[in-house]
Amino acid sequence: MSAHMRLAAMVRKESLQILRDPSSLAIAFLMPLILLILFGYGVSLDAREVPVALVVEQPGAETERFVSGFGQSDYFVPKRFYSIQAAEQALRERRVQGIVWLRSNFADNVLDARGAPIGLTVDGVDANQARLLQGYVQAVWFRWLEAYARSRGVDLDVPVNLQQRIWFNPAVNSRNFLVPGLIGVIMTLIGALLTAMVVAREWERGTMEALMVTPIRIHEILLGKLIPYFVLGMGGMLLTVAVAEWIFHVPLQGSMWILLLASALFMGAALGMGLLISVVAKNQFVAGQVAIIVTFLPAFILSGFVFDLHSMPDAIRVITYIVPARYLVAIMQTEFLAGDVWMVVLPNLLALLIMALLFLALVRRKSHKHLE
Amino acid sequence: MNASGGAGALQVEGLGKHFRSGGREVAALDEVSFRLREGCVTGLIGADGAGKTTLMRLAAALLLPDSGRLSVLGHDTRSAPLAVQSAVGYMPQHFGLYEDLTVQENLDLYAGLQGVAPSARPARYAELMRMTGLSPFTGRLAGKLSGGMKQKLGLACALLRAPRLLLLDEPTVGVDPVSRRELWQIVYRQVEREGMTVLLSTAYLDEAERCHDILLLHEGRLLGQGAPQAFSREVEGRSYLVRARQMNRRMLQARLAVLEGVLDTVIIGDDVRVVTASPRVALPQELDGEELDVRAVAPRFEDAFVARLAARRGGAGVAVAAFEQREAGGDGGPVIEVRKVRRMFGDFCAVKDVSFEVRRGEIFGLLGANGAGKTTLFRMLCGLLPVSAGEARVAGVDLRTARARARARIGYMAQKFSLYVDLSVGQNLEFFANAYSLPRKARRERVAWALENFELAGVTDTQARDLPLGFQQRLALAAALLHRPEILFLDEPTSGVDPIARREFWRRINALAESGVTVLVTTHFMEEAEYCDRLVIMAAGEILAQGTPTGIKAGQRSEALPQPTMEDAFIALIERHARSPEQAA
Repeated sequence: MSAHMRLAAMVRKESLQILRDPSSLAIAFLMPLILLILFGYGVSLDAREVPVALVVEQPGAETERFVSGFGQSDYFVPKRFYSIQAAEQALRERRVQGIVWLRSNFADNVLDARGAPIGLTVDGVDANQARLLQGYVQAVWFRWLEAYARSRGVDLDVPVNLQQRIWFNPAVNSRNFLVPGLIGVIMTLIGALLTAMVVAREWERGTMEALMVTPIRIHEILLGKLIPYFVLGMGGMLLTVAVAEWIFHVPLQGSMWILLLASALFMGAALGMGLLISVVAKNQFVAGQVAIIVTFLPAFILSGFVFDLHSMPDAIRVITYIVPARYLVAIMQTEFLAGDVWMVVLPNLLALLIMALLFLALVRRKSHKHLE
Repeated sequence: MNASGGAGALQVEGLGKHFRSGGREVAALDEVSFRLREGCVTGLIGADGAGKTTLMRLAAALLLPDSGRLSVLGHDTRSAPLAVQSAVGYMPQHFGLYEDLTVQENLDLYAGLQGVAPSARPARYAELMRMTGLSPFTGRLAGKLSGGMKQKLGLACALLRAPRLLLLDEPTVGVDPVSRRELWQIVYRQVEREGMTVLLSTAYLDEAERCHDILLLHEGRLLGQGAPQAFSREVEGRSYLVRARQMNRRMLQARLAVLEGVLDTVIIGDDVRVVTASPRVALPQELDGEELDVRAVAPRFEDAFVARLAARRGGAGVAVAAFEQREAGGDGGPVIEVRKVRRMFGDFCAVKDVSFEVRRGEIFGLLGANGAGKTTLFRMLCGLLPVSAGEARVAGVDLRTARARARARIGYMAQKFSLYVDLSVGQNLEFFANAYSLPRKARRERVAWALENFELAGVTDTQARDLPLGFQQRLALAAALLHRPEILFLDEPTSGVDPIARREFWRRINALAESGVTVLVTTHFMEEAEYCDRLVIMAAGEILAQGTPTGIKAGQRSEALPQPTMEDAFIALIERHARSPEQAA
């Protein structure tokens, strides 16, 4: 009875504090929106409107049709040059990122299997961009070639007839891939950073001391913190999902229930980390710094949210296994883009469960009802 | 009283507690044993660093002892901490309130945590709110309450369940005298009605006389336990008030202090209070051919404390080197002129049209509780904060036009001393000498001067952090004097230091004033007001009274209070101010 009363008093107090503190509401609801807008509109890993130099040595009907193919694409902003030297100069000055060179014998050799009627030079400074550009130019080239051949009634005779199919993200839209991962980052912010800071604030203001000299049990203090911030974190997560669905039109292929389950387990782990930090750091500045370094940055960099885990060096990849966000991001990306793929979802759910239990057990072990 | 054997409210045996600080083990408490008298108010008295807070936390089972044991209401703090925490009421320093919750929400929280049944709450709330006078403010955020109101709310939260043992850690620090008095009344009512046992720590020695029983703590050791009268009786027949016709009181004090058999001298208004080493010591009737008026007076608790400390240290402190005489600059007019100075923070008026003048070589006090506007006024005079309206001149320089020029001529010792605690004593002095851009030669001279005159030579290489509070205070004062300022600003200079260190500090300040330096000092210690030549009493940004300590006290004399102390005078002034038509409107 009185245990129930104490817990209720704690939860009520924490909830009132959350509602009154603009900064915790901002972290829970404004921050996700800002991050979503940033990643939804600002950051994109796709090549888009890339300036490309087109050098046409001998303009004719055929070359013009090819060139207009470039103009129609969203990917390129073609710029006409009349000599290869001028185009190379532009590439050096980074005014263009690639050169497509149609030589004077373009029209003659077009259907000749031996010749190479077009030349492509790309700026390799940004390797990712260069590879994308290469692929896109190739695609335009094939499309044009096909149309050209058909119009002549000639069967296309090219050594490889590339037919690309992209699974799970047919539009190859990087936003669809980033936004699910973002949910993990946002929940880390709420679960670990916010919780670590509010507990540190209690130490700083001396309220923790007053709290401890009441009949409250240590697990009641911990639960009193966990419950409201769990609700807050899930709220932030639902907001993010809603915005992803309805504003950015990221399709959700899998089930909402799995999404919720994974988020709830992850929230347990994140809150555990936050409380663990607050056991060590008893002032807000240190708690904030530690939380950013050990929870937020790993969730950003080592979760597979932006950077591919498989292309990381082994030593770093090993570290990612202790980053809870890694498992959540894997589930989120699968659920959003591919659906309920149990082979992926189950092991990751299990890992999240273990991490949540581990961190919460550690917090319980490390928390004492005295000041040392 | 129910002190009938069995388990006492608090029983302490051979208690020891150590902390690590800067790689050293520091004994916060050493071999402390006592038993609290039940149904009484026991004052835990000592300076900062005496171990008061550590003892409070040990009693609340927030810390565990390294040696010895504590038994609280029959529960051992080591084996049954939860039982202890369920049984006691505890108010930590700064009251432990949630400032973003309202008064009512704070009460609800602590009532829930202490297991007060919902049906019992309304009556208990009403009683506590009536007792603390907070009834009209239950909807207000705790952060928006005044210091005195926070203190009373903190107390109310600790009393929700009417605990048998109430632990209050420095509940009166920084709170105005009116609130202090109200807190004592509430505490006494609890003791009388509920038979509660109260342990209350304080650094104010004048509060000792309000307690039934005293635990005197000094540097982690218990110097004694007993009723305040028992302490005072030890120095019976050894306290005098001395007055001279011609000689000024600071000179008189300096002369009396060096007489054989004199333990302690303090300036109280126009008199010098003297405590001798034994009742047999006779004070001279005449000094330098001038007749002295010597009156024997009743001893106070503070006399006994100083006598005990002096006995431990083998003397009541050191003689203070005189300062070189400063040449009188300017035209002999006031050094500080303040005319209708006002300071606004948004809509809030922190200082309301304040006017006063300070003459050269004067010690001038600003007395008031936290939030009275002293620090704001002070910062304006130091050139740290612009004035919103009015005129302020310091050392003949108008603060509105030449703040930087005024700053070069003043020394400033901030609250908490603002030293670099990671630097050594020598490095601190070097730094401040550079900050005042003293030339290289002068720099070396002044640092050497400071080390010698402030007895810091022995600790030149010690980190400031590891110094006792009294040394830190000396170092801060030395740093503020490196550039030979004409005016010295002291903001709460003696908060928390022990009475002996405080006396020594004031002897230096007196010597400075005698050498021609003007001193402006803020304080919330009523007794410190007595050291001032003149002072103003401030409340809510206004000056309530202005004059010499004797004049201010005399102004509040009444039938009920024929001999008002400075605190009585202060309370009378505040109460009259609260009743004034302007405030009522």
